[in-house]
Formats: sequence, C-alpha cells, structure tokens
Amino acid sequence: MQSILFIVFLPLLAAIIGGLGNRMLGNAVVKTLTTGALFIACALSWPIFLSFLGGNAEAHVVPVLKWVQSGALTFDWALRVDTLTAVMLVVITTVSALVHLYSWGYMEEDPDQPRFFAYLSLFTFAMLMLVTADNLVQMFFGWEGVGLASYLLIGFWFKKPTANAAAIKAFVVNRVGDLGFMLGIFGTFLVFGTVSIPAILEAAPGMAGSTIGFLGYRFDTMTVLCILLFIGAMGKSAQLGLHTWLPDAMEGPTPVSALIHAATMVTAGVFMVCRLSPMFETSPTALSFVTFIGAATCFFAATVGTTQWDIKRVIAYSTCSQLGYMFFAAGVGAYGAAMFHLFTHAFFKALLFLGAGSVIHAMHHEQDMRYYGALRKEIPLTFWAMTAGTLAITGVGLLGVFGFAGFYSKDAILEAAFASGKELGVFAFWTGVIAALMTSFYSWRLVFLTFFGKPRWAGSEHIQHAVHGDHHDHPAEEHAGAETEGHHEHGHGHAAEGTAGYHPHESPLSMLIPLGVLTLGAVFSGFLFQRGFIEDAAFWNGAIFYNEHLMHAMHEVPLWVKLSATVVMLLGLLTAWFAYIRKPDLPGRFVEQFSVLHKFVYNKWYFDELYNFLFVRPAFWFGRMFWKIGDIGIIDRFGPNGAAWLVDRGAVVAKKVQSGYLYSYALVMLLGLVGAISWVMVG
Amino acid sequence: MIGIEHYVVVSSILFVLGVLGIFLNRKNVIVILMAIELILLAVNINLVAFSSFLGDLTGQVFAMFVLTVAAGEAAIGLAILVIYFRGRGTIAVDDVNRMKG
Repeated sequence: MQSILFIVFLPLLAAIIGGLGNRMLGNAVVKTLTTGALFIACALSWPIFLSFLGGNAEAHVVPVLKWVQSGALTFDWALRVDTLTAVMLVVITTVSALVHLYSWGYMEEDPDQPRFFAYLSLFTFAMLMLVTADNLVQMFFGWEGVGLASYLLIGFWFKKPTANAAAIKAFVVNRVGDLGFMLGIFGTFLVFGTVSIPAILEAAPGMAGSTIGFLGYRFDTMTVLCILLFIGAMGKSAQLGLHTWLPDAMEGPTPVSALIHAATMVTAGVFMVCRLSPMFETSPTALSFVTFIGAATCFFAATVGTTQWDIKRVIAYSTCSQLGYMFFAAGVGAYGAAMFHLFTHAFFKALLFLGAGSVIHAMHHEQDMRYYGALRKEIPLTFWAMTAGTLAITGVGLLGVFGFAGFYSKDAILEAAFASGKELGVFAFWTGVIAALMTSFYSWRLVFLTFFGKPRWAGSEHIQHAVHGDHHDHPAEEHAGAETEGHHEHGHGHAAEGTAGYHPHESPLSMLIPLGVLTLGAVFSGFLFQRGFIEDAAFWNGAIFYNEHLMHAMHEVPLWVKLSATVVMLLGLLTAWFAYIRKPDLPGRFVEQFSVLHKFVYNKWYFDELYNFLFVRPAFWFGRMFWKIGDIGIIDRFGPNGAAWLVDRGAVVAKKVQSGYLYSYALVMLLGLVGAISWVMVG
Repeated sequence: MIGIEHYVVVSSILFVLGVLGIFLNRKNVIVILMAIELILLAVNINLVAFSSFLGDLTGQVFAMFVLTVAAGEAAIGLAILVIYFRGRGTIAVDDVNRMKG
C-alpha cells in the first residue's frame, strides 16, 4: 500500500515542474500536468477511503525520510494513513482535482496560468502533508505550507492592491494563531518528551490533572496545551477573534476560495482537533472553550452573512459559520459528526463557491448581488447546481427517508450538542439552531437575489463595460465571447430595462463538469456515508476519540430536537422568499427600521475597526516611532551618519595640515624627529 | 685653548640657523637649498671635531661622504629649481604649494 506516496508527492512534483517550467512549458502543458497529477491522486485516494469504509484496512505509517535526531527530539518524515487521514484524502484530492479542472475555464483569459496551477498543486501537497502527518512538527510543516500557498493564491492578482492587502492580512492573522500552535507544540514536547502524535495521545490521559507553570501561574497542563493548540486551529479555521482574514481572502480567484477557503485549508483546524481528540478529551475546560468559540462563531458569522451583498462574502461567512458547527461538535465530543460535517461541507461549499464563480464568470466579474437577478433562465445549469448546494447547506431532508448532505451532518451535530448533557452543549444547540435559521435565510436570499426576480444588471459597472466594449484592466479579463457578444448587442440598442442589453453566458464544459460532480456529492454524500461516520465505531477504528455513550444518547433525543433543524430551515426559506420575492421592498424597510442593528451586523460587528484601533494602528505607531526615533534618530544618527560626519569633519581639519608648503612639512618632520629622539633618550 | 665644546657650539648654532632658514624663509627655494647645505655642514663640523677629539678617522671619512652627497644634492636641487622656474615662472616659497592635498 504505497499509493499514499504517489498521492502526496505527485502534486508536489507537478507543482515543481509546472512552477519552474512556467512559461517555458506553456499553459497547456502545465495545466495538463497539474490537473493530471491531481486526478491520479484522487483516483488513488478513493480506494483507500473505501477500504477503510468497508472495514478491511488497518491504520499504518509509511516512512519517508529521517528528519531530525537531536538528543531527545527525534522525528521522521512519515505518512500516517488511518480513517481520519483517508477522509481528508478524498476531500482534498477530489475537491482539488475538480478545482484544477474548473480553473481551466475560469482562468482561461489569465496571463499567468502556469503560476496559478503550480500554486494550486503546491497547496494540495502541503495540505496532504498536513493530514498525513505522524508528528506535530510535520503537521506544522503542512500547516505553514498551506498558509504560504493561501497567501500566494489570495495575492495571485498581485497588481490589485486589495488582493495584496488581503493576502498580507491572511498571513498575519494566521501567524497569530500559529504562535499558539507553536507554543502548543513546544509545550507538548516539554510535557511528553516527544512530538509523535500516537505517543502523545497514548500518554495524554496520564497527564490529566497535572499542572504546569505558564505565564507565572500554575495551570492544568492539558488545558494549557489544548487551548494553545486550539488557538492555532482558530487562526487557520477562521474562528471568532481570528476570523477577519477569511472574508478578505475572497480577493483571490474564485477557484481558490472554493478549494482553500471553503473545502480544505480552513478545515485543517477541525482536523487537528479531531486528530488530537484523545488529548482534548483530557481537559473539559479546553473542550468547553472549543464549544463556546465554535458556537459563537457559528452565530456571529451567520448574522453577518445575512447582510452582505458580495456573493462570495456571503459564502465566506457561511463557511465561517459552518466551521463553527464543526468546532462545537468537536467540543461536545462528537468528533465523528464534526468530521462528517467537514466531509459533506467540503462538497456543498466547494459547489457553492464554484457555482458563484460560474455566476461571476457569466456576469462579467460582477460580484454584487444587487446587480444580479433573473439569471435562472440565462444560466440554468449553474442555477441547478447552486440550488443543490443550497439545499445541501440548509439541510433539506425528510427524517428517515432521504436528505441532502447537510441534513445528515448538521442534524447529527445539533443532536450531539443537545445530547451531550452539558450546559454549554445545550447553549451550542440553541445557537446552532438559530444559526441554521439564518443559514437558510442567507442561502436562499443568495439564490433569490441571483436567480429570481427582475434583472438589475444595468446598475453594474462591469456589465456596462462589457456592453460598451470598454477595456478595463481587470487582471482576469472576461471571456472573449462575451466581449464580442456585447458589441453585437450594442448595435440593437438597450433591448430591455434592467438588462442593459447584456446576455450572460453559461460557463464552458470544464467548469460545468466539476459543478456536476460536486452536485452529486452535495446530494448524496450525506445519505451514503452517514452510517459510517456517525454510527460506526469500527469505521473510525481508534483514529479519533469515539464517545460511545454520546453516540447512543444522540438517538435518544426528543423528536422536536431532530426536527428543529428542518423547521428552522423552512422558516428561513419562507422568510427569504417573502422578503426577496413576494415583497422585495421589505428588506429596505426593515433596514430603515433597525438601522443601528443593521449597520452593526453589516459592518461585521465592527471587528475590523476594533482590530484596526487595537492592533493595527498601535503597530503602525510603534513602527513609525522606531523608524523615526529609533532608527533615524539614534542608529542612523550615531551609526553610519555619525561616522560619516566624523570623517567629514576630520578631513576638513586634516586638510589644513596638508598646506602644500615645504616648510610646514619640514617643521612636522623636525618635530617628529625631535619627538623620536627624545623618546629614545628618555625611554 | 679651543676645546670640543666650542666646535659643538658652533655646529649647533649652524644647525639651528639651517633649520630656521628652512622654516622662516618665505622668499625663495634657493635659500632652502642653502639652509640644507648649512645643516649638512654643521653635521660635518661635528663629525670632524669628534673624529679629531676621539682619534678615530671614521668620522672624517664620513664627512667626505657627506660632502659628496651635499654636492649631488645641490646639483639635483638646482636642476629641479631651474625646471620648476621654467614651468611656473617663480621660485617664491609661498607660491610653491602644489603638494596641497
């Protein structure tokens, strides 16, 4: 079973060849190479997953290279394959392969395609490295690798200042989380004397109850370690407090948002918590913290999602919120449910993002939903794919019959939260239900605004540009076909009010195939894999902490708990339908009525402003102080500039000695001679 | 009786005159050459006087060397002076400052 080596290293190979070959190899070669590598990796991943699902595979470790042997600190490069890894493998390789394929169409006009595809493959490699890690340091390697790839891809259109700023923001905010993760790794090594994950997990229960000195106080060892590690997860998974980078990351190309900021990288934190679940289980405090942060994020992000106009930002906040679900599932001990939601979420969220990309592609890079409308007839395939994604995320389904992916995973999480019996679990349950209501509302709002109603395209600058054939310097130029079509239509004048004479086009086949495959995933992944993920302890086979009691209790919850998610889903759907189709003037009036509340939510609870005030501006102030006073005022003044000044002044004095008059030289010589003689005579 | 002290005093006076001639002279370069000659002669007097006083001929032989070198120095110095005068049109010491840095 060495196929894991191919799965992990083929994307790396493709990234290196494609990245270094770049323009030398040309678009077609690099695209084929990277996409091919990913499809092979994907084809190799599914058998591994299915063999774990069928229960005829054992967890094993494939050694790769020796890495560090320094005293007590020894660890190697090794690929760990167990159920948890297998789940992540199929998620990563499948979504990545589809996103590669999708990018053929989406990035067709981009001048830097080889670079883009190389980055995508590099990201996939780093992510695979993360999920196959057998020790914390290797996990950290993957962790930083995906951070790097994320930075590169968010800033892919580096000529756009906003993209650059977003890339830097993502990197810096992640760095805050990474500091926690690093401290967690150091602390783990300090306590356990090893960074090997199996060894740590085995020793963790024995450490429960011990204390450790930290920041001058004594704390429970496991609580400190778990919270530090969880801070890392918060950064990567955009949890409340460290979430600010995720919405801004939407500046990157849409396929990137689908792959990195929806399906894979942002779930790394959930994966990490699940991987270390036996460790987290030793600290109830840390678990409560995880639950609380998860529930809070879930609620917060859902509220913001209801007010945003940018189609990608709505989905970004939705991702943030869904990650919150996963975390509070993990926090109450339902790691299987967390992983299940991660699995289904990867499909439907990637689908939603790629669908949004398809809409953006059709609408000439307009992302504001206020300028959409009535696209159902124009791009029907995208519409159906998006609808399937929305049905999946809102959790449509009939108990005991069939449901879309989110129906199973979200219900499992809510039931587990309720059944956990902890106060915080019930709190998380209610927050989750309210968030589910808002999820349904903003998801359907997105669909209604985009695909229903009357066309409102005329207001969009992008559309106007397309229609009038103006060339703008957007990095990813619109499809050439749409451009000529625009010219053509212009000849007929403005045909209908609202459309500005623009005709959206359905995306090319390379974009529709991934949409189709992901639609299948969004529809069936919940139904098919529900048994394995949630009910089958043998499936996990020790890869995560399996709480038998909780899983049992989940089935005992009252019927109203099981139905609650469906009820609020319908409620959200009805509200959205009423507000955006039946009475389109209602949202405006509502906003007027509650303008303070709306402003607060619309501005993302003023988190950016708060951080700007608390951290960014003081950081700039410090920087400026050190620059003006420290560097220019002290170091430069007394350092290089001081030395230069001294030489300059000295030269002026020394110049006077060099009079050029013979007698003055002779005098100096004489004085020197006298001095030398006196020295000899006296000494 | 004229003793060694007298010779030493005379040569010292000559030496100091020579040195001052170099420093205090602002007129022309020939005076400097003459002053150098004066210094060398002062040294010669010393050499000869001590040679005679100590009964060692080495000092007088050395004085002959010094005279030879002085003659050569005067020749070269005057030659440079002539060339210099052709070039600059003056040999006033205050104008000779081309070595200025």
